Amino acid sequence: MGRHPGKAKRLAYQAAAIAVALGVAWFFVSNTIANLEERKIASGFGFLGREAGFEIGESFFLRYGAADSYGRALLVGLTNTLAVALIGIVLATCLGTAIGLARLARNFLLRSFAAAYVEFMRNVPLLVQLFFWYAVVTEGMPGPREALSPLPGVFLSNRGIFFPTLSSVPELQGFNFVGGMVLTPEFAALLIGLATYTAAFIAEIVRAGILAVDRGQGEAAHALGLSRPQTMRLVVLPQALRVIVPPMTSQYLNLTKNSSLAVAIGYPDLVSIANTSMNQTGQAIEGIAIIMAVYLTISLSISAFMNWYNAHVAFK
Amino acid sequence: MRWLRENFFGGWASGVFTLLLILILWKALPPFIDWAFLDAVWRPDPKACRAGEGACWGFIAEKHRFILFGTYPYELHWRPAIATVLLIGLWIFSAFRVFWKWWLSIVWLVGLTLIGILMWGGIFGMRYVENERWGGMILTLLLTTFGLAFAFPLSILLALGRRSDMPVIRALCVGYIELIRGVPLISLLFMASVMLPLFLPSGVTIDKLLRAQIAMILFAAAYLAEVVRGGLQAIPQGQYDAAHALALPYWRRTCLIILPQALRISVPPLVNTFIGFFKDTSLVLIIGLFDLLSTIKISLQDRTWTGFGVEAYLFASLVYFAFCFAMSRYSRSFERK
Amino acid sequence: MIEMIKVSKWFASFQALKEVDLAVGRGEKVVVCGPSGSGKSTLIRLVNRLEAHQEGRVIVDGVELTDDPRAIDTVRREVGMVFQSFNLFPHLTVLENLTLAPVWVKRVPRKEAEETAMHFLARVRIPEQAAKYPSQLSGGQQQRVAIARALCMRPKLMLFDEPTSALDPEMIKEVLDVMVELAREGMTMMVVTHEMGFAKTVADRVVFMDGGRVVEAAPPAEFFGAPKTDRARLFLSQVLGH
Repeated sequence: MGRHPGKAKRLAYQAAAIAVALGVAWFFVSNTIANLEERKIASGFGFLGREAGFEIGESFFLRYGAADSYGRALLVGLTNTLAVALIGIVLATCLGTAIGLARLARNFLLRSFAAAYVEFMRNVPLLVQLFFWYAVVTEGMPGPREALSPLPGVFLSNRGIFFPTLSSVPELQGFNFVGGMVLTPEFAALLIGLATYTAAFIAEIVRAGILAVDRGQGEAAHALGLSRPQTMRLVVLPQALRVIVPPMTSQYLNLTKNSSLAVAIGYPDLVSIANTSMNQTGQAIEGIAIIMAVYLTISLSISAFMNWYNAHVAFK
Repeated sequence: MRWLRENFFGGWASGVFTLLLILILWKALPPFIDWAFLDAVWRPDPKACRAGEGACWGFIAEKHRFILFGTYPYELHWRPAIATVLLIGLWIFSAFRVFWKWWLSIVWLVGLTLIGILMWGGIFGMRYVENERWGGMILTLLLTTFGLAFAFPLSILLALGRRSDMPVIRALCVGYIELIRGVPLISLLFMASVMLPLFLPSGVTIDKLLRAQIAMILFAAAYLAEVVRGGLQAIPQGQYDAAHALALPYWRRTCLIILPQALRISVPPLVNTFIGFFKDTSLVLIIGLFDLLSTIKISLQDRTWTGFGVEAYLFASLVYFAFCFAMSRYSRSFERK
Repeated sequence: MIEMIKVSKWFASFQALKEVDLAVGRGEKVVVCGPSGSGKSTLIRLVNRLEAHQEGRVIVDGVELTDDPRAIDTVRREVGMVFQSFNLFPHLTVLENLTLAPVWVKRVPRKEAEETAMHFLARVRIPEQAAKYPSQLSGGQQQRVAIARALCMRPKLMLFDEPTSALDPEMIKEVLDVMVELAREGMTMMVVTHEMGFAKTVADRVVFMDGGRVVEAAPPAEFFGAPKTDRARLFLSQVLGH
């Protein structure tokens, strides 16, 4: 009896699997072609060159007007997605690490606050939290004329959060502020929602990573006279990072994918703009394909980075 | 006394935190209690709500039927109500390990049939209600239940396939899992909502709820597959060796020896995935289905009741929190055993 | 050097130490032995406050150990400890392991700390390993690095918690040799160990514990030659049997 007794059987299974997969694919594709023809919907990515005809509420790096192409509109969506994702990742990491450390603190109040935060944020759907923050930012904030001003030049209102830039300072003109840089309510709600939600998960990852470090390490450090903060910083955290980085990057990926919920509160991210484009051109397949291709690229890049990290940086 | 000292004033930093947190509680808690309870308006009176300083829970009182049952005919609300209780009851019943016997699946079958009869009607003198009118709590629960029911066996197949030594099978499974896990759920929902009708021969329609359900099933299967794979990897190699040595054929040894152990190990992360999935059902709002979050949001659009978003979403948070927290406590009790 | 007066310790409802009295003088070498669960590890960990006692008094070099963090700090600077599982810091090189505490606790300039480190590495006979990571060393080498690491803080007292129990037999000797040398130079030492040969050679006193109490304490000649209690006799027959 050889090592693979059913060699013929195995080949047969695989051949059958390929046949089924191809068969199903052919079935879908032929139906789709027929349906598209029937409904007179165009195919192909030619639409990317056509004029989009809609405005986009905010754009971080690129200039865009209604006369620009769909392709450019989608590019703006992509940069908007990346902007909120990157800032969200930074905020979530800082907040999450702080809360994770707080959960291990000796102070009972601190531990309890942190534990309550984590429990609450993890058990409420992100979409609910986004709607909540959006309601806070639009209903809870005063109008521009009664805007709150915690710092000179910074104004909080229901039209957005205004910051001074190096070249201009926001000033109240009529019913709104002019000048400076504005964070729209949509962006603010999305950012706060994503950051606070993901921070809860990051807190648990940080906590698990620290707990994974052998107790003896802390004891040896204390026996040498190192204080608790010194022990954490010099001995425990560096070792905890090894356990923390893989699930942490997974959370970064989740945050990026979750930013797609922007479509529900009106922030013009990639999914949102692709959705508008699909509705206008009717070319849903191409639109969805673009969305999935972009996100797949992002996730595969992050996976590749993870593999590189595990192979090279993690010490033996 | 000593416990108090150590836990509240252990070091100077600890003392500062204690004072800071007590200060925050002191400044934030009384106004919140005022807003949420003392000054709140509990009567469904929009004028009183707007005139008042506190939270408007009257909004929930006014809209609670719509929030819980969606557009289901008003006079027939007893049917989804019983269906909801039945479904929650089934879940709670299945939580007790004592009941994990072969007849549990029969209990579920009977229960789901009853729920189907209650919801659709059409027999026993009950009026037929098409599923486009289902909404609210029962929709969220049904999406979760059926989603997990179909996704779970699929995920086991995917996990086994991913570990298979037949390259084609392995490639297909890996490809599926990585594809689904790499894209946001919303793109899958869009895909199902928009593209599924195109995939089927013209004239064949597939209703919206089913489209969403299929997308949720495909989504959950990929994530559950990774959890099951973790469980399969956690079994000591010795178990696989022993199973091989007994010369059992592949499916026999997998079902009798490998899978039971893998699944037992995986219960905590599985329950965590279930919790995540329950929360993810809220996304069907975006493709126009009326789950619990959707009905709450739509209630806000009533002209007489706009502006109470904070109350509405706090209520939503509480409901979801209640369910998810219960599930996570349950999963933690497993880890202790 | 160390004074323990009627010290009792509980872990939840289990009493690990029952009214233990012990004194270790300057320059004295005390070996603590006994069956597992007798409380000897707990006892030695009380000296640098890795465990806290609930009753009685523990005084180290004139400083009484209480909840006061400053007292604990002061004591820890003067007491060095070597663990059964070495507890070297895997993410640092051997040299960095040795210089970490002097630089961050005693604020010794890095150059000086490194010189001290090389000096002690030479003392434990592995100066060439300075740039390696702990995972690249054998068990015996790692434990010697651990001893050097404790010595870099120039402690007045060294605690050893079963230093050779996790080592393969062929490496036990190299570690014991270092400990014997240390003892000969006059270091005050408190050693929990099963190595009776070491006790006979080096100890000024052997303390035998069982069930949380000190059952017998005597110079090695007396203890090994003519144990007074039955429990000590039983223990010796088991340990020395092989």
